[in-house]
Amino acid sequence: MNVIARHRIILPVVSLAVLLAATFWLQPRAMSYFGLNLLFNLAVPIALATIAQMLIIMVNDIDLSVGAFVSLAACVTATILNDTPALGVLVLALMVAGYAAMGVVIHRLELPAIVVTLGMSFIWGGLALFVLPSPGGTSPGWLRTLMTVKPPLIPAAVLAALLIGGITHLMIMRSGLGTVLRGVGGNTRSVARAGWSVTRLKALAYGLAGFFGVLSGMALVGLTTSADANIALRYTLLSIAGVILGGGEFTGGKISPVGAVIGALTLTLAASFLSFLRLSPDWQIGAQGAILILVLTARLLFNRKGVAA
Amino acid sequence: MSVLSKPWIWAWLAALVTFAATIGLTSGRGTGELAYAALSFGAFAAIVGMGQMLVITLGPGNVDLSIPAVMTLSATLALKAMGSEPGTALMGLGVALAVGIGAGIANYALIFLLRLPPIIATLAASLVYQSLAIWSNRGLRIRPPEGLADFATGRMLGLPNVAWVGLVIAVVLWAVLERSIWGRWLLASGQNMRAARLAGIPVELVRATTYLVVAALAGLAGYLLASFSGGAALNMGAEYLLTSIAVVVIGGTSIAGGYSNVPGVWGAALFMFLVVSMLNSYGAGAGVRSVLTGAIIIGIVIAASTRRLRT
Repeated sequence: MNVIARHRIILPVVSLAVLLAATFWLQPRAMSYFGLNLLFNLAVPIALATIAQMLIIMVNDIDLSVGAFVSLAACVTATILNDTPALGVLVLALMVAGYAAMGVVIHRLELPAIVVTLGMSFIWGGLALFVLPSPGGTSPGWLRTLMTVKPPLIPAAVLAALLIGGITHLMIMRSGLGTVLRGVGGNTRSVARAGWSVTRLKALAYGLAGFFGVLSGMALVGLTTSADANIALRYTLLSIAGVILGGGEFTGGKISPVGAVIGALTLTLAASFLSFLRLSPDWQIGAQGAILILVLTARLLFNRKGVAA
Repeated sequence: MSVLSKPWIWAWLAALVTFAATIGLTSGRGTGELAYAALSFGAFAAIVGMGQMLVITLGPGNVDLSIPAVMTLSATLALKAMGSEPGTALMGLGVALAVGIGAGIANYALIFLLRLPPIIATLAASLVYQSLAIWSNRGLRIRPPEGLADFATGRMLGLPNVAWVGLVIAVVLWAVLERSIWGRWLLASGQNMRAARLAGIPVELVRATTYLVVAALAGLAGYLLASFSGGAALNMGAEYLLTSIAVVVIGGTSIAGGYSNVPGVWGAALFMFLVVSMLNSYGAGAGVRSVLTGAIIIGIVIAASTRRLRT
């Protein structure tokens, strides 16, 4: 079991390493403190959004509202949190509570998560337009400082990715509660029979996802210094891709937080890699798709070999 | 088995109520125009929605996220092939359908050969289609041939031509689902894929044709939409990603698979358009409109589920 668990993470690590090596080969100047920071800067909010998506996939649901939610968090950060910090914190906390409530509703009424989150994506998007009707706003100064901090030796973006991966790994893979949460995805009924309240566990999983969604929005504003209501819409699909790229599966609570972070980094790097190749920017989106397909193909070969051995 | 227990009735009732609410505001002025606009714009949502419905009927995990990209790509390539020359409409239609079918084959190849979950396969493929569309579109704006544009915006017997196309597709799909062996196979596969396979149903063939049909319908919708709106645009399909799923669910098709509902998709497509125009005519801003649309989608899903629990 331990071997398989270790294998699950090998492929995402190898694909990131290969892509990184290819990038350095094309553009040796990227192999520096500033180069790495530039390459992975925008990966931080994507990694956080991917963790949010992973927490939902962990309990066998899927979240089509991550992108809209992160956009809303970004809009709130760039306006309310900047103008009146106390109110901003309250609003962001309410958003997290809203996410937890969404989990409860989905579980209690046995609703399909894909549809409820689809409906919620309209609601988050509408609220974002309400908060910030036209692109603008300003990042709170402390957030800007935090996102542009330059720690010695390790670039901030890499450090942030390590932190996100490490903390969520401890939280989901190592802690008792994290194991139970993954159990909800593995076998809901046996978790319920073991005396756990599945409603509370789902609320916790969704609440955590909301928390990471809010962090993602804040990180994004810290980087871009302003926001608009559509700023992160593409995160919905990117986060799903990141989770799967990181070795996660849609059912059974089989997920990997470290893998999800690596998946997000790989997707971000794919875009830079292609621009170093001097391929026309037309192909950047397609390249992300092609790399996604390639890595998943590699996973298939890998699995087959595993079965044969 | 009263009429009220039919799953499609709710979408139509909701469409009627919003229609009445909008007309009530203008005290009857513009009734015909509103119905006409709803049928025109609803037709596009209905066509892609019916495709999505077939895929969702295949069972949990089956959904096509490449619909917007396929719409854009086939519209772009079809308009490029026609180059605004008169008399090329049929050739353009052929190009659009061929692009759609090609995308469908690619999607299914990823699902079958690489064993990818359909969500991730169609998502990855859609990124590639999107790039292809950007590459071939490159800032050029080709107008559709005159005859085709006239057809797409024209009417017959008082109904918009695009609505006729949508209605014909609906009737054909309904007949196929209810009366043909393939339709029965599709429903059986959606209800229990393992049981269907053991019963000798060629499950993979059914899945393959379903992914082909949805992509072909997306290609057709893209072709019509581009002809209707005077040219292809890179973001023309974007709103149909969420809409295509929403109309299926509101229309009463089971998200768990195995039960299709063709009339419901049309009702829901009209409803989705009418909600927006109702909120517009009450002077709601974009934010309020979006929030209410979301609330209505969730409300309908909750209503549908409590009805299911009671029976």
